[in-house]
Amino acid sequence: MNKHMRSFLNTAGALALSLSVVTGPALAFEPDKPVEFVIMAGQGGGADKMARLIQSIIEKENLASRPLIPVNKPGGSGAEALTYMNSVSDPDHTVMVTLNSFFTTPLRQPGLGVDIMKFAPVGRMAEDTFLLWVHKDEGIKTFDEFVTAAKDRGREWVMGGTGKAAEDEIITDYLNNNYGLEIKYVPYKGGGEVAKQLAGRQITSSVNNPSEALGFYQSGDLIPLVAFTAERLPLFPEVPTLNEVGGNFVYSMQRAVVGPPGMSKEALAYYTDLFKKAYDTADWQTYKTKQSLMGNFMAGDDLSQYWSEQRVRHEAILKASGAIK
Amino acid sequence: MDILFALMDGIVVAMQPTNLGLAIAGVLVGLFVGAMPGLGSVNGVAILLPFTFVIQEFTGSATSPMIFLAAIYYGAMYGGAISSITLGIPGASTAVATTFDGRPMALAGRADRALVIAALASFVGGTISNILFTAFAPPLASVALKFGDPEIFALMLLAFATFIGLGGDDIPKTIFSICFGLVLASVGFDIVSGEPRLVFFDISGFSHGIRFLVLAIGVYGIGEMMWTMMSSQSHSAMSYVKITRQGLIAACREFASAWRGTAIGSFLGFFVGLLPAAGATPGSLMAYGVAKLTARDPKSFGKGNPDGISAPESANNAASTGAMLPMMTLGIPGSPTTAVLLAGMVIWGLQPGPLLFSSQPDFVWPLIGSFYISNVVAVLVNLAFIPVFVWMLRMPFTILAPVIFVLSLIGTFAAYQDMFDVWLMVLFGFGALLLRKLDYPLAPAVLAIVLGPIAEPKLRQSLLFSDGDFSIFFTRPIAGPITIVALILILLPIVKFALAHIRPAKR
Repeated sequence: MNKHMRSFLNTAGALALSLSVVTGPALAFEPDKPVEFVIMAGQGGGADKMARLIQSIIEKENLASRPLIPVNKPGGSGAEALTYMNSVSDPDHTVMVTLNSFFTTPLRQPGLGVDIMKFAPVGRMAEDTFLLWVHKDEGIKTFDEFVTAAKDRGREWVMGGTGKAAEDEIITDYLNNNYGLEIKYVPYKGGGEVAKQLAGRQITSSVNNPSEALGFYQSGDLIPLVAFTAERLPLFPEVPTLNEVGGNFVYSMQRAVVGPPGMSKEALAYYTDLFKKAYDTADWQTYKTKQSLMGNFMAGDDLSQYWSEQRVRHEAILKASGAIK
Repeated sequence: MDILFALMDGIVVAMQPTNLGLAIAGVLVGLFVGAMPGLGSVNGVAILLPFTFVIQEFTGSATSPMIFLAAIYYGAMYGGAISSITLGIPGASTAVATTFDGRPMALAGRADRALVIAALASFVGGTISNILFTAFAPPLASVALKFGDPEIFALMLLAFATFIGLGGDDIPKTIFSICFGLVLASVGFDIVSGEPRLVFFDISGFSHGIRFLVLAIGVYGIGEMMWTMMSSQSHSAMSYVKITRQGLIAACREFASAWRGTAIGSFLGFFVGLLPAAGATPGSLMAYGVAKLTARDPKSFGKGNPDGISAPESANNAASTGAMLPMMTLGIPGSPTTAVLLAGMVIWGLQPGPLLFSSQPDFVWPLIGSFYISNVVAVLVNLAFIPVFVWMLRMPFTILAPVIFVLSLIGTFAAYQDMFDVWLMVLFGFGALLLRKLDYPLAPAVLAIVLGPIAEPKLRQSLLFSDGDFSIFFTRPIAGPITIVALILILLPIVKFALAHIRPAKR
């Protein structure tokens, strides 16, 4: 961002501030400079789209006195972003959009020295869901047919996914361990690229989020077989959950905003309020429905509680698959 | 014919006052962010994305904000050449290849010619790729789908093969330079295993990897500037360039004579842009490499050859159109900028994918129409401003050098807001000067740091598929031939070099 732009945004921010003093109730904390909005993933993925949408909503609805500036830190399945947040110089002017790598990466790499329970629980905006996808030319219509076909082909069956030992590989490991399969897992940079690889039949299946595969689902190229959710998804009413077809596995991904360790109580209250307002806007609710995002807003102790449960669960999952000792 | 009618309708919508105004505004913003070192189309598009919400509110359609952002993308492709030529600092990563010949031409007192060639080549590249886009979008999308990991790796190998031709005659020094670039490219977190690599002294700045722009600005901003100061060339930088009608006509003629570079750039750039994960920077660098490799006088490249400007400049514009194709038809961004555009489309409520063309014609065709309009606007604005850009060159080098130095520092910081990058950039600048004094070619290192991060994951993903068997690169119908051609290109000069050293070449 150049200086021009920054001073322009500052002036715009100052104007907005003077307005909000007149109209809104004064909060104990107000940012006095633009807020850095760290994205734990690369450009164009689910987390990135969500962060840029929230940034746009906050500017459009004039919810904040200072703008959010998105910064992508995709390195090492979130390791780059987590270590950055751990030592950030101004914890009251930095927030981050997280994925489940928020749980898995610190478990896999204890050397990073990241304790997620020290992060500030700003707000969970949604939970993303997972489905099992195959190409229509595979001729597979049900989960049972998938299991039979994957068993037949052994190591020839390739699952594409995002990142190493992250969400997609966790689901793949579950399928391999519980159905006697030998699916090969190949990691890619983003969910969109995985969907494209499947549409071009470079890989055999994927466990994309709905938003990543939606375009190819609508064109009929990709077919969802099961959802890894507790209930059927409103966008895919004909697709059974894994539990309905005899499995016992529910897996979702948090789309949450967190603050760095050391964020002040006042700042935390401010950001929770800000993101709750963004959550309640019509734009966010429409986006949530269209992208098949689930889950309600969650913040504070509830969110911390959720994190500690998720961490225990992921530790068990990673241990079972042998990713950690 | 249907396509022609749809396009005509689209152009009419794109010419409506609001949309035309947005296209002009977008081109101006793009020229600015493109010309400012460190800022590129990604920054411009990302910064203004929230603003497009307001445009959408105002016009009630998703087309207008998209026209605005696409115009920024195009404008930046034109703008990048300006600072590459006049100051020798690449304005954006997409314009690095333009410095190779643009800067020497400017130093020889022909900056006006270089700028005209760059603008016209950009226009031709953009327009040719627009026509290809309009006519063949759906079949080309299925071609892009056929390119799996082994195919993309084979293509990257081919690009590396053209490097060998980039470094002049000294093959060992070229190979050293490539390897140096590849080592720099491997710093940071590894995508396949997730482990940190070469994070020296645990400095957190290394964990995000060494950014291409940091190396490029260091080498071309700081390194070249000091080299110019130390050599006698600094006197010629003061040479007085006057814009005359005759001069412009001569420049146009020179552009026409550089048609080969334009043709290579337009088609190769478009094709590389089509492939997900590539984008305009590799497109322009590969076009430069191929233009040089196939030239009758490869030795004149790097010394102000017009083909060396027209190839990368037509390629970066062609690639930016090419990258729109997978974004719109497959929902896969072909470049960092289209990734942000893709996020924008989803935010405005559109679903990119195979059905976009049939389900959203009211969005698609005016947008394609605006590509044509933006290109016309951009070339006109650019040509009109050339006297202003040339005026910058009239500054004595004693003033220009500190300006370049300051712009390099600011530009590096502006790109990622990280002071570590600034120090690294200065370090690279001095390193580049040293290597230059020892006669090492630096362009191959810059190319390696761009293509390395694309090639490496593709190599490893391919080998995961084949359980470590390299035959996967030879047995697949598309990857096989490309790999073989690349290997021949790599081995040929090495064999020649070895032969020449075993027994002196006959006269």
